[in-house]
Formats: sequence, C-alpha cells, structure tokens
Amino acid sequence: MIEAHNLSKDYGDKRAVDDLSFTVRPGVVTGFLGPNGSGKSTTIRLILGLDRPTSGEVTVNGKRYRDHPAPLHEVGALLEARSVHSGRSAYNHLLALAQTHGIPRRRVSELIDLVGLRDVARKRAGQFSLGMGQRLGIASALLGDPSTLILDEPVNGLDPEGIHWIRNLLRGAAAEGRTVFVSSHLMSEMSLTADHVIVIGRGRLITDMTVQEFLRQASGKVVLVRSPRATELRELLAGSDVSIAVGDERGLLEVTGLTAAEVGEAAATAGIALHELIPQQASLEEAFMTLTSDDIEYRALAPEGTGQEVAA
Amino acid sequence: MSSVSATTVPPLPHTGKVTQARVFLSEWTKLRSVRSTRWSLLAAVAFTIGIAALACAVVSHHWPHMSLQERADFHPLEPNLAGVQLAQLALGVLGVLVITAEYSTGMIRASMTAVPRRLPVLWGKAVVYGLVTLLLMVPSTLIAFVVGEWIFSGRHINVAFSDPGVARAVIGAALYLTVVGLFGLGLGAIVRNTAGGIATFAGLMFVLPPLMNVLPTSWNNAASPYLPLQAGEAIMSTTPGNHLSPWVGLGLLCGYAAAALAIASVLLVKRDT
Repeated sequence: MIEAHNLSKDYGDKRAVDDLSFTVRPGVVTGFLGPNGSGKSTTIRLILGLDRPTSGEVTVNGKRYRDHPAPLHEVGALLEARSVHSGRSAYNHLLALAQTHGIPRRRVSELIDLVGLRDVARKRAGQFSLGMGQRLGIASALLGDPSTLILDEPVNGLDPEGIHWIRNLLRGAAAEGRTVFVSSHLMSEMSLTADHVIVIGRGRLITDMTVQEFLRQASGKVVLVRSPRATELRELLAGSDVSIAVGDERGLLEVTGLTAAEVGEAAATAGIALHELIPQQASLEEAFMTLTSDDIEYRALAPEGTGQEVAA
Repeated sequence: MSSVSATTVPPLPHTGKVTQARVFLSEWTKLRSVRSTRWSLLAAVAFTIGIAALACAVVSHHWPHMSLQERADFHPLEPNLAGVQLAQLALGVLGVLVITAEYSTGMIRASMTAVPRRLPVLWGKAVVYGLVTLLLMVPSTLIAFVVGEWIFSGRHINVAFSDPGVARAVIGAALYLTVVGLFGLGLGAIVRNTAGGIATFAGLMFVLPPLMNVLPTSWNNAASPYLPLQAGEAIMSTTPGNHLSPWVGLGLLCGYAAAALAIASVLLVKRDT
C-alpha cells in the first residue's frame, strides 16, 4: 500500500510534482501514466526517500520509506535511471545489496537464475545491454521478497519474451496480494497489464480510476453507422454538438457527439433502416492522449495548419 | 542469456533489519569487487616499497661521492619513506572514487534505497576503506624500511627500528596514508563528482602549499605547518624544522579528515540523492 498526501516537489523554481494525492492498493496492478517529464520518476524518487518532498508526505505500508528498518523486505524498486556500478559484476552488485539486510547468497543466485542472467552474472554490469541491465534491476527489486513493487518503465529495452515475462510476473505478484505500482509512458503496455490507472500531467493528478472506467470515460461519443439512406440520416442527425464524417465506403458515417442509442432512436423515429451501428471504444492510447493533451510539457512543434503532434 | 521460466517471486523468510555490521560487510563487498580498488591499492603498495628501494639504492650508490655536509644532513629514513609521496596520491584518489563512483554510475540510488538512513553507508565506507588501507600500509612501510636498511647495510649508514623516532615515523607513515585516504573519501562525499573530488583533494594537499609562497615569508612560515600535507607529514619527520610535533601534526590531519566526513554526513542526510 502506497499513500501520497498532497505531495509536492520543487527543483529550484520548477514544480515537478504538484499537490499529488493517491493511494495504490494491494492485489491489483496499478499503472502510473503520464507523458515524459510529467513527474512520474520524481514521484517514485519521493516514495523511495531518495528526494525529500517540498511539502506533503508519502508512506509505504504505513511508514515513510526511510523509517522502515528493513526496506528491501517492504519495497522492491526498479528505477528508470541505471543504479548499478558499471565496473561491478551482477552477482556482486546483488550480493552487496543483499548483505545490508543479511539476505543469504543463495537468494542472490536464485534471483540471477530467475531473471535469466546466469551466464553473465560474473561479467561487469557496464557491458550489459539495456535489456540485461533491466533484468538485473528487476532482480534487485525482487531480492527481499517485498510486499510492494515499484517499477519505473520496466519494459524499457526488454525483448518480446522479456516483456511477456515481466507482464506475467507483475500480474502474478498482484494475484499474490502484493502492491504493484508500474510507471509507463506506453499505454498499450498498460492496457495489457494494469487494472487501475493513475494518470498525471505536469506533476498534477489527472485521473485515478480503473482501466475500464478510464476507457469508458475517454471513449466519448463516437459511433460508426451504416445506412442505405446515409444522406438523409446525416441531415437528420446534424446539430450544433454533432459532427459527422463521411466514411470511405458507401453509406458509412462516423458520428461524433451522439451515443449509439441516440442515433438508433433517431433513425427509428424517422424510419431509416440501419445496417450497422457500432459504438467506437477508444484505445487506452487515445484515452490517454485526450486526457493529457493539455498537460504535455515537451511536444514537437507541428507545422502550421496541421494538428498537434503529440509525443506520448 | 538463458531463458526465463518462473513468473512468481520466490519466497524469502525475512532476515531482519539493516544494521551497521551488515552495511560494513556490504561495503567490503563493494570495495573488493571493482577494479579501481585493486589497481589503486596495488599502486600504493608498489610505490611505498618500490620507490623506497630505488631511492635507497641511488643514495647507497652515491654515498662515496657525497660531501661531509651532505652526509651530515642525510637521514636514512628519508629515502625509506620516499614512496609515501606517490602512495598518498593513489590512496587519496581511491578514497574520492570509493564514493564518487557511486554517484557517477547511479549505484548511490541502489545503496540509498537499501539503506535509506544513509549514514551507515558513509561510516561503512570510511571504516572498511580505512581498515583495508591500514592493514596494507603497515606491512608496506615496514617492508620498505627493511628493504632500505638491507640496501644501506653495505654502507653502514643504517638506523635501527628501535632508534628514537624511527618506529614512530615508519608506522606513522602508514597511519598518515590511511588518514589521507579518508580525507579523500570525505572530500569526495562532499563534492559527489569524481573530477571535482580529485581536484579538491589535489588542490588542498598539493597545490595549496606552493601557493603559500605568495604570502610574506613570516605569514607563510606561520601558516604552512597547519596545512593538511605538512601537518600530516610531521609524523614522518626525522629532523627538526618548521613543522608541528609529530603526533600533533597527525592529529591535525585527522581533524581535517574528520571535518570533511562530518560535513559530508550532514550533506548526505540533507541533500536529494
């Protein structure tokens, strides 16, 4: 369980995290979403006590991180930035961390096998690929068998097999009753893994809800409708809040601003037959774009006249 | 890379809390598992013994050609301890690296997540590095002494370990090198950057003394003995001169190292990592 209360962090006169309050509950995978530079990594650093909040407080399992006498048993963390001495082997890196808690050597070997680094465990970590480094980071997060996992962009650099593995690992950990908090800027990844999402933009909380609710809200009212009398239907549905695009195929309309029910009722009243009526569900990616488009700090400058290019 | 199979976290019985003793062990693992440690310590040992042997051999060779005045000014311990000058550079730089390498590689984040109270990490580094240096340098200065005296034995210019001040200077050289290493560690922990840490260390130890020459002579003479290098080297002094008494001088260097570590400890707790 992670609880943030009115958490803020300033770096100089720049506010990285702004009055953030949320709760991450055990038993589910909670996705932590936001565009690059939105304050995800800073929030995670605040949770882990690496940075001090300017105001507010964040606790893990009821205590501030630094007040836990054996933090590796409480929280396993993978940070986005590399946290390994490049000249030390994977084995010795994990051993040095394990020794601070009296965790035995066989646990280190066990985790090296678990993350698939056995063949390179004695190599200097500086020679590791991004994916191998990520596996080492995951091994250190799991070292103390923690009840809470905090992983910042865990799929970065992993191959498809590794992504599949981490996805199962996170879901398995949540099923065991652990608290799993995973940040990502990849919405597609989150839609496969997370049950709950916390979305931030420019350090502020944008939304905190289940993935289903998030999708439902952001889907808005977009309906695909096909009718042999499309031209009549178009005139019938037209209104100030409604925009209608004509599809590529004959008789196909994309109606924005009305629900499927409203379109169906209107067509029935006018006696217009419908051959298809499909409510469009937004992907998590689109939902995220809709929600955060005003909160993106760094965006590519779009040429005049075209829409906004958004880096998500 | 071997393929991965299990997708659940293997269970582990809780092993208790973080203690200073456990952090000592962890810091020992960290120190022994990087190359910079091995090379710097090897260099310090090689300098201490090798340069002593070389300097003693040169003096021994020149002895018949030296004037009476030169012979009168000569003290056999000087070439014996000549290697300390280079060894202190290796040990000071390693002291800086022991902490700054954690910042440059990002390891510090892992260290501070494992030990969020932070100070045990700094004390762990200081104690482990100090002990390792001391345990290596005491035999090294002793070997340097024995080798040097063996070289001098043909010229009958030996001193005995039991002669006044000799044991103090030889063992004191090892103590001096240990404290210099800890001074480097403290400075590195304040600066948190390898290049900056080494520059600060070298500046305070080796650049400051010649800079004092711009001061009026009387000021220079009054202030110089209190600089870290001169104060510490008093423990190895064999002749009277403008320096503090041996133990007071070494004590002052200890004070500099302690002050650097104290400032570092305050900053470590206060600053963001």
